[in-house]
Amino acid sequence: MSGYLEGVLVLLAINIVYAYAAFLPIAAGQLNLGIAGFAVIGGYFSAFVSNQLAVSPLLAIPLGGAVAGLVGLAVAVPVLRTRGIYLALATFALGEMVRAGILNLEVVGGAAGYPVTAFIRLPTIALFTLGVVGLVWLLFSTRFGIAITAVHDDERVADLMGLNVRAFQVAAFTMGSAIAGIGGGLYAHHFSYIEAQYFSISLSISIVLYVLFGGTQSVLGPLLGATVFTLLPELLRGSAQWRYVIFAAILIVVMVVRPQGLVTGTQIRRLLGLRSEFDRKEQAT
Amino acid sequence: MLEVNDLHVRYGRVHAVRGVSLKVAAGEIVAVLGANGAGKSSLLKALMGLEPADSGSIKLDGGDITRWPTSRRVRERLVLVPEGRRIVTSLTVHENLLMGAFARKDTRTVDAEIDAIYARFPNLAARRQLPASVLSGGEQQMLAIGRGLLADPKLMMLDEPSLGLSPLLTRTVFALIAELNRQRGLAILLVEQNTHMALELANRAYVLELGSKVMEGAPSDLRDDPSLRDAYLGRAEKRKTVAG
Repeated sequence: MSGYLEGVLVLLAINIVYAYAAFLPIAAGQLNLGIAGFAVIGGYFSAFVSNQLAVSPLLAIPLGGAVAGLVGLAVAVPVLRTRGIYLALATFALGEMVRAGILNLEVVGGAAGYPVTAFIRLPTIALFTLGVVGLVWLLFSTRFGIAITAVHDDERVADLMGLNVRAFQVAAFTMGSAIAGIGGGLYAHHFSYIEAQYFSISLSISIVLYVLFGGTQSVLGPLLGATVFTLLPELLRGSAQWRYVIFAAILIVVMVVRPQGLVTGTQIRRLLGLRSEFDRKEQAT
Repeated sequence: MLEVNDLHVRYGRVHAVRGVSLKVAAGEIVAVLGANGAGKSSLLKALMGLEPADSGSIKLDGGDITRWPTSRRVRERLVLVPEGRRIVTSLTVHENLLMGAFARKDTRTVDAEIDAIYARFPNLAARRQLPASVLSGGEQQMLAIGRGLLADPKLMMLDEPSLGLSPLLTRTVFALIAELNRQRGLAILLVEQNTHMALELANRAYVLELGSKVMEGAPSDLRDDPSLRDAYLGRAEKRKTVAG
């Protein structure tokens, strides 16, 4: 495998992990614009652990995810009191706070960044990505998936069915934070270097775009969105300077034609052939 | 079964429920009637814990549930079918029904109960794998009631089940409520604006006006009462004093 191809695939794998970090809270009706902040926590913590304690990245990266998840849990309760645009602002501020904090943390190099000794390659990263996708998939095939959709669509009804709405929202936010932390750990250990500046709001926004583009209603959405966002600019490389213009134009067209994202739950059911009599009648007329 | 004593509900400066007391006995159908803004929906919200009770008490089977969170009330099988149907449109019909059973302790019979609902409503069965958004208004109401039934209620409360339905569908819904009551002895608290139909169904009824209980009794007594129409329509002069 060429170095270029491996580089693209590594980016793809990491972006897919990030996309699921944003997907979980979005599926519960909450926009987390601080994904990069949780990624940077996981990245630095896992790098610090694997550097200082000579722990394998296979252990350090999940540890980083766990710490990002704990931070997510700690802030979820106050942050989720806000709603809509205020929630987006609160999570944005949180991400920036984390980044600014690490920039001033001399023990991990401060603004100069932090070199990472251990190194992982594509197979390890792909394994982590598969694990994350598989876990989210499993989670959504249980009644948790139904519950989260209910919480997203109509909190009042979810309440009336006896669901603890708040607990579900906190759980989705926390799990998303942990996944973001894993993404950060993968990044740090592949590029052998981590720098807080990279984990800015524009990264968080891109990640949210993967999910909005791919579709927020199905587990496949983030996978598809992250893939398109990562691979399309590479495929357009032939047209040099114009590729980002073409890329942006494609995105705008898709969002106009399919505001609900590329894939939805209904479509997946159609693809699986789960059409009822009613559906066929509809198409016949 | 349900015993409400001197219940008050306030939203800021609005005093929506003013000292309402009522009872629902096992196996009974009780109607709560009144015009828009009479406090019917606020009463139901307080009974479900969606709005805090300002003062007064709510007892279920003798136990005080006034301060319980909604989820705990549902687990104790107090269930509300909310106004406006409120089904989850991006879930399938089947998933909507499954959702009803989330709070149940005993889930062994859930599949059989869902099958029974499908048998009762073949239209729902034919669309079970479709998003609930494809259902007609009447089917959505059946789904909302079916979902409520899957929580295995001992007392089911329905908020304006006939709202937005044709007279024919309204009769279907009311027939279903009567059947549930007769066959399973399910206690029902029915909030309605359709006074005529509600009085046909109920064993007893309460009439609310501007948050207060103004009448209670057997349907035959209420039907003959000339002031019922007044209460149902609400009296204009009183409403003005509240607004001002």
